[in-house]
Amino acid sequence: MSHHIVEFKDVFFRYPDGTEALRGVSFRITHGESVGVVGANGAGKSTLLQHMNGYLLPSSGTVIVGDLPVTAKSRREIRRKVGIVFQNPDDQFFMPTVFDDVAFGPLNLGLDEAAVRERVLRALTTVSSLDLQDKPPHHLSCGQKSAVAIASVMAMEPDILAMDEPAANLDPRSRRLLIGLLKTFRHSKIVASHDLDLILDVCERCIVIGNGRVVADGPSGRILTDKSLLEANSLELPLSLQRR
Amino acid sequence: MTFDERYFDIGRLDRLSYGQTLVHRLDPRAKVIATFLFLLTVVSYPKYEIVALAPLFLYPVLLMTLGEIPVRFIMRKVLFVSPFAVFIGIFNPLLDPGTFAVLPGVHVSAGWISFASILLKFALTISAALLLIATTSFPGVCHALRRLGFPALFVSQLLFLYRYLFVLAEEAMRIIRARDMRSFGRRGTGMRVFGRVVGILFLRTVDRAERVYYAMLSRGFAGDIPSLRRSRMAPADLMFLLLMAVFLSGLRFFPVTEGIGRMAQEMFG
Repeated sequence: MSHHIVEFKDVFFRYPDGTEALRGVSFRITHGESVGVVGANGAGKSTLLQHMNGYLLPSSGTVIVGDLPVTAKSRREIRRKVGIVFQNPDDQFFMPTVFDDVAFGPLNLGLDEAAVRERVLRALTTVSSLDLQDKPPHHLSCGQKSAVAIASVMAMEPDILAMDEPAANLDPRSRRLLIGLLKTFRHSKIVASHDLDLILDVCERCIVIGNGRVVADGPSGRILTDKSLLEANSLELPLSLQRR
Repeated sequence: MTFDERYFDIGRLDRLSYGQTLVHRLDPRAKVIATFLFLLTVVSYPKYEIVALAPLFLYPVLLMTLGEIPVRFIMRKVLFVSPFAVFIGIFNPLLDPGTFAVLPGVHVSAGWISFASILLKFALTISAALLLIATTSFPGVCHALRRLGFPALFVSQLLFLYRYLFVLAEEAMRIIRARDMRSFGRRGTGMRVFGRVVGILFLRTVDRAERVYYAMLSRGFAGDIPSLRRSRMAPADLMFLLLMAVFLSGLRFFPVTEGIGRMAQEMFG
């Protein structure tokens, strides 16, 4: 299967206020790869993710998902393929109960009742939150909310999973569970994060973004040990690699 | 009550709806229709009616008992919104001073009677509405409305109101805490700061709305909020509606209270 591909070809993006967020980003992520995207605050990570399912369209250049270029027309099709998990689960979790929220995507795909039910239960089982299904979101903890947010995207069975800061707000144990969970997914994964240890654990490849450009792209093992490269981009060595 | 406590009290109403009693298990649509009929009946009584309204309290009391809803909680909530009703009716005694009845020694004016009638109708309608939510849950009511043919836009607005009420309250709580922590004594709690707090809350809300919409689009949103059919009208639900209709029309069209009074007179008099 060669269609789970994300390719950025010389992508530029300028916000309406004139900020140039992306200035010629090019990379290619192939099937089943898991890629970490790191960079300083404001380097363009979130903007990059928002290009992956056509929420933002490039000012110039192309984004290709599978074999489709992302355009205003192909957006709906693309959104079936790329699932995005947001940084703040409250933004993503908009239905009144866990079950309804996870069912929202599959129902929009036009599946029938039995199929929706099956997908919801499977997705909730994957993130071990089955017992939360009738709870309203304001009675959940932050860790539970982010598990549900992941389930709600998994239920759409996307080919590619993109996540923005998935471990922010999680306590160490929930973070550890999340890392374990991410490792079991065989999707192509793109994880934007400042949590370099998480990236080192989950992603075999790492892209460093700085000032809207790709500064470095290579195996996580090499990039995340390159102290001078990291420090030049407001990052530092992953904690697990720092000697005290 | 501080802001924090008041906020956590909102959540209590829908925690009650997790119950598993007979009333909770009725189809939400049946309960919505029953409540609607009840409200219609209550407001259909004429302006000076008091006596005939009394037996209608049977409905909220039964619902509370069967649904295991704490009476004091519902009464507190009813009291909490009661100023609205009081202000609507408070001038009636002045505007309508004609004598309505003469109790030994006291002239009761028609205005007082209609004021009392307003308060009774208010207590009946509000407690019925609260009980509907406490036994059905707010989203349950919304989905019932959608399936009864209410427009999608209207129902999704209601659902969002419910969902983001809590998020917004939390946001407001954080801003207010941050303000209180750095304002000493009176300084910093004045109107000008308050205005800015509201402004910030508004801006944050707009930002959030945009992110939520993005999240919805990412999951294939195309205008209608879909819902799974999770219930079917069972014989028990139809029975409940039938009983409700008989109960309400019986009270409305036959002078039940008067009848009971007559009977008592005959038995004891």
